[in-house]
Amino acid sequence: MTDPLLSVRDLAVEVSTRRGPARVVDGVSFHIGRGEALGVVGESGCGKSITTLALLGLLPPGARVAGGSARMEGKDLLTLSRRALREVRGGRIGMIFQDPMTSFNPVLKIGDQLIEPLIYHRGMLRREAWARAGELLRLVGIPGGASRLDNYPHELSGGMRQRVMIAMGLACEPPLLIADEPTTALDVTIQAQIVDLVKDLRARLGMSIIWITHDLALVSGLVDRVIVLYAGKIVEEAPVDDLYARPTHPYTQGLLASLPTLEGEETRRLPAIGGTPPDPGRRPAGCPFAPRCPLRVARCESEMPPLVAVAGGPHRAACWVNAKPQELAA
Amino acid sequence: MTLALDTRTTSRDPAVTPRGDALISIIGLSKHFHVKLGAFGQTAAEVHALDDFTLDIRRGETLSLVGESGCGKSTAGFTMLQIHKPSAGQVIYGGVDLAQLSEDRLRPYRRKLQVVFQDPYSTLNPRMTVGEAIAEPLLFHGQATRGNITEKVATLLGDVGLSPRFAMRYPHELSGGQRQRVVIARALACGPEFLVCDEAISALDVSVQAQIINLFQDLQERYGLTYLFIAHDLAVVRHISDRVAVMYLGRPAELGPKRAIFSAPLHPYTKALLSAVPEPDPARERSRKRQVLSGDVPSPLDPPPGCRFHTRCPLAVERCRREVPAWREMAPDHFVACHRVGEAIPVPDAA
Repeated sequence: MTDPLLSVRDLAVEVSTRRGPARVVDGVSFHIGRGEALGVVGESGCGKSITTLALLGLLPPGARVAGGSARMEGKDLLTLSRRALREVRGGRIGMIFQDPMTSFNPVLKIGDQLIEPLIYHRGMLRREAWARAGELLRLVGIPGGASRLDNYPHELSGGMRQRVMIAMGLACEPPLLIADEPTTALDVTIQAQIVDLVKDLRARLGMSIIWITHDLALVSGLVDRVIVLYAGKIVEEAPVDDLYARPTHPYTQGLLASLPTLEGEETRRLPAIGGTPPDPGRRPAGCPFAPRCPLRVARCESEMPPLVAVAGGPHRAACWVNAKPQELAA
Repeated sequence: MTLALDTRTTSRDPAVTPRGDALISIIGLSKHFHVKLGAFGQTAAEVHALDDFTLDIRRGETLSLVGESGCGKSTAGFTMLQIHKPSAGQVIYGGVDLAQLSEDRLRPYRRKLQVVFQDPYSTLNPRMTVGEAIAEPLLFHGQATRGNITEKVATLLGDVGLSPRFAMRYPHELSGGQRQRVVIARALACGPEFLVCDEAISALDVSVQAQIINLFQDLQERYGLTYLFIAHDLAVVRHISDRVAVMYLGRPAELGPKRAIFSAPLHPYTKALLSAVPEPDPARERSRKRQVLSGDVPSPLDPPPGCRFHTRCPLAVERCRREVPAWREMAPDHFVACHRVGEAIPVPDAA
């Protein structure tokens, strides 16, 4: 990748707890190319949302960036002033959050909320912005288009609200769109509509996408590359087809094996991963997956394995057993 | 099985014999909620949450209810258990129509009919230890004495794969999966025959879901439990069920053996629902043809006349707008409510 749009190095985020600071994101590095779609997969508490909130300077109180850098368009997002960050948010990075219910101001018409970024970032006049907002609603497939600008959020269904949210995220045509579980609160038929919409918008507008989800199946047809997070660390990173065909980290393997599917053989018992993910405050010293791992060796409990290339390709995994770091010179 | 849309709701005799191998027979069950709308609650309205639901639940089976939010699947479960009083219809269990019973007379039946809810965080009292939570129903129903309660609780914890030490812990000390195990232990405490699992695994982490699914299956084998599994995750439903009922906007759309529903669905809604489920295999996901439904589910405050699916149905004709489709048995044990099924039209088959 010659010129990544966003390049994150060794990001660390700490949250203060009663037992002292807990590292919820620990040494996360990834990049995303122009026009690329990246899936970030992991279960609740693995740090997938916190990672992107840190990039946007939106960490909740009590959480702080403890190290690392995030370069985008010649700037380090982690050191920007609040004013400069405001330019980035909405202007250079669009955001879609999980809950379209709480992400809107309930007492403002959706039109008034849609024109806000256009006026702020683009310096448009109200009338101009209103016309553009109508176009945006048509772009995201809201029946009636501009006529819905006068609606209040409660007058729209969940799926429609999520479409408006996407329109808002895309209002200033940002080169990067971050979607944080945007379909989790929606029904499957509506979820399929939203995934298709984002796929279609990406083909037309060519923006980069980071799609955060706990459901690997959801993004399998949408993203190019996937990173798998477990307990604040990247355990595997691979092109999506590779990840599915040759999952290398025991966690990814277990996760894929334990998902029931609509096709294929029916088995009586699901091959489940034992145990539960570790508490952010009490993560094991070595590999965070070691206590649940069927392949665990002594070294796993004391030392975190580095992410190393598997089969020489862009596929990387962090495992002492399945991804032997012998080719690593340094 | 009866032919449904059977409106024997006139029968007021609480002593009814169930049919065949049915553990519970549900006949013409309806639940309408009265709500007040408008800023000052000036408009009264009625939510048609469940209409004319007829179904037999067979002893020892896992029957799944699927559908999108607001389709009435949870209402169906709660109304069966008399957590909501039905607006009409019968729920026949053990030769008695539960809908006719007073709260006092229902109590002995509650022991046999239990429920596991979605959210293990809000169903456990944060001030009760796990042991107290499990002991409560045992003592209430007189299934244990102060003398043998510790032992009973330990056995139940063992059943759900937790060590007896957990009896001393509080819910906040447990993970989501452990809490759900505790909730299951509590539901099992009084030796139920029938368990309604209302989205019982939906709130769990992906890596923990499989453990709980396996637990449900083990317990069913050990105790011969009958499950009504309410879920929206169709892949899980395919794994766990014997039969599947698909609901849309308060009415059953299709009911059949699992294999028939997943490999040869009849109702256009079932087909759309199945085609919307994402596939983990990226190659297959990219190549498959999705039948994306347009629009949203209409409001249950004012459900469309005729077939409730006609506003989104790709096959809808004039008749669908006028007439409620009858519940027809198209193949042995496979029922559907659709005018167009079985007509001489080529049924598009997924290869």
